[in-house]
Amino acid sequence: MRSILNALKDGKILVSDGAWGTMLQERGLEPGDCPELWNVTHPDDVMAIAKSYVDAGADMILTNSFGGSPIKLAHYGLQDRAGELNEAAAAISRKAAGIDRFVLGSIGPTGEILMMGQVTEEAVYDGFRIQAAALKKGGADALLVETMSATDEAEIAIRAAKEATGLEVICTFTFDRTVTGKYRTMMGVSPAEMARAVKEAGASVIGANCGNGFDQMIDVVKEIRKADPHTPVLVHANAGLPMIEDGKLVYKETPQAVAAKARELAKCGANIIGGCCGTTPEHIRALVKELKSL
Amino acid sequence: MEELVGKIGECIERGKVNKSSPYPKDMQGQDGTDELTRQALDSGVGPEEILQACNAGMKRIGDRFSRNEVFVPELLMAAKAMNAVMAHLKPYFQTGTVKAKGRFVIGTVAGDLHDIGKNLVAMVIEGNGWEVVDLGVDVKSAKFLDAIRQGPECTVGLSALLTTTMANMSKTVQEIKTQFPSIRVIVGGAPLTQRAADQMGADGYAPNPQGAVAFLNAGRQK
Repeated sequence: MRSILNALKDGKILVSDGAWGTMLQERGLEPGDCPELWNVTHPDDVMAIAKSYVDAGADMILTNSFGGSPIKLAHYGLQDRAGELNEAAAAISRKAAGIDRFVLGSIGPTGEILMMGQVTEEAVYDGFRIQAAALKKGGADALLVETMSATDEAEIAIRAAKEATGLEVICTFTFDRTVTGKYRTMMGVSPAEMARAVKEAGASVIGANCGNGFDQMIDVVKEIRKADPHTPVLVHANAGLPMIEDGKLVYKETPQAVAAKARELAKCGANIIGGCCGTTPEHIRALVKELKSL
Repeated sequence: MEELVGKIGECIERGKVNKSSPYPKDMQGQDGTDELTRQALDSGVGPEEILQACNAGMKRIGDRFSRNEVFVPELLMAAKAMNAVMAHLKPYFQTGTVKAKGRFVIGTVAGDLHDIGKNLVAMVIEGNGWEVVDLGVDVKSAKFLDAIRQGPECTVGLSALLTTTMANMSKTVQEIKTQFPSIRVIVGGAPLTQRAADQMGADGYAPNPQGAVAFLNAGRQK
């Protein structure tokens, strides 16, 4: 089995991919459509996005399965197709990645808050298990539990993913800068608390994704590194916060700007660097160019 | 009596819903807003007075949320405690003994299924004494327009979590403004900024529920 931990040995910096959601929208996914359904209705479009990141030189690509847990798919009445949609997602990315690149099976949050008691821990665990197993079946090398904000849900997802597949699990949280300059998730979790909790739950790589652009991501990595100097860190940063121009959404951080900050990210301790909302294959190409010259 | 009312406000701030609730840990086994409101009403405290205490408690926790001293879990529990009060006070609103400050229509915009932020804002605003009409998630412009037609004396709140649905938010703001120029619209959600709100033509932006309360109350004084 291929190991991301092995690939990171000798201090190598790896480049991950960029946004999927905004790319799907450019290809016609309407807000309100289920992105994961596109793995079977528009496989060529999903493949084109996967391929664009491989062509940009990314060492790993994700899968179009962020909202693929049955709880999330239930919004579209697709909960019973979780296995099929996740397997298809991983199969597309596997085909695009070939044997040289890694495929990370994307697992996003359910959107439910466990402490409010609207869903049970068992239902959340079972759902993530189904999703993780299907992603492995489709060809994922590792699983990426991402955009988490609560430690309880993240721990369940990591446990389910590991127990269902035995694959390496990466876990990233989304942090915002508070008015006092500290970083917390919307549930109040600090980078240090995240690091401790997800490692204990069994994650091999920890980190952060989404958020407020590359600058703040540098701060977040520093905080993670203060709490945990050794565990490999992955970041997927947004190309800034979106603005509306002529009714269209635009992200202001250019590939060049992002690449310049990637060097700083690596210096602060990030081992795998990629993009989230608003980043494109151009951003990843710039990252590859910058980071491979380190 | 005053003590009882003060306690209700405190329970809201701490998120103490009822006696059997395990949250917060240091208040286990104590009465929550559910029991205390019943006791207060039974002992003759007026609903207005209870509501005032609630507003004060909600404002305290809302302000702490705005200052990032507490986060979503604490605010959610406070809102839950507030809801327990409202369940007891509902009859007084229905008979007109207590009047709401006004009507607030809220929903998550088309294409966006996220409801945590929207629910928080709705609960905090209801706790401040407003009638809240919650249209749910994935709300198309037409549904907002219908709700406005049913009661044109209202303020509208739009929520979005996804960066990708901000364009829909912008469209909805414009459609509301075209048909109902005098309706005030406030927007909020993780990807939003004051600048994005201005670009959309919204009247207000709030980074947190307490900001939305301030916006509503300011509009009322005009």
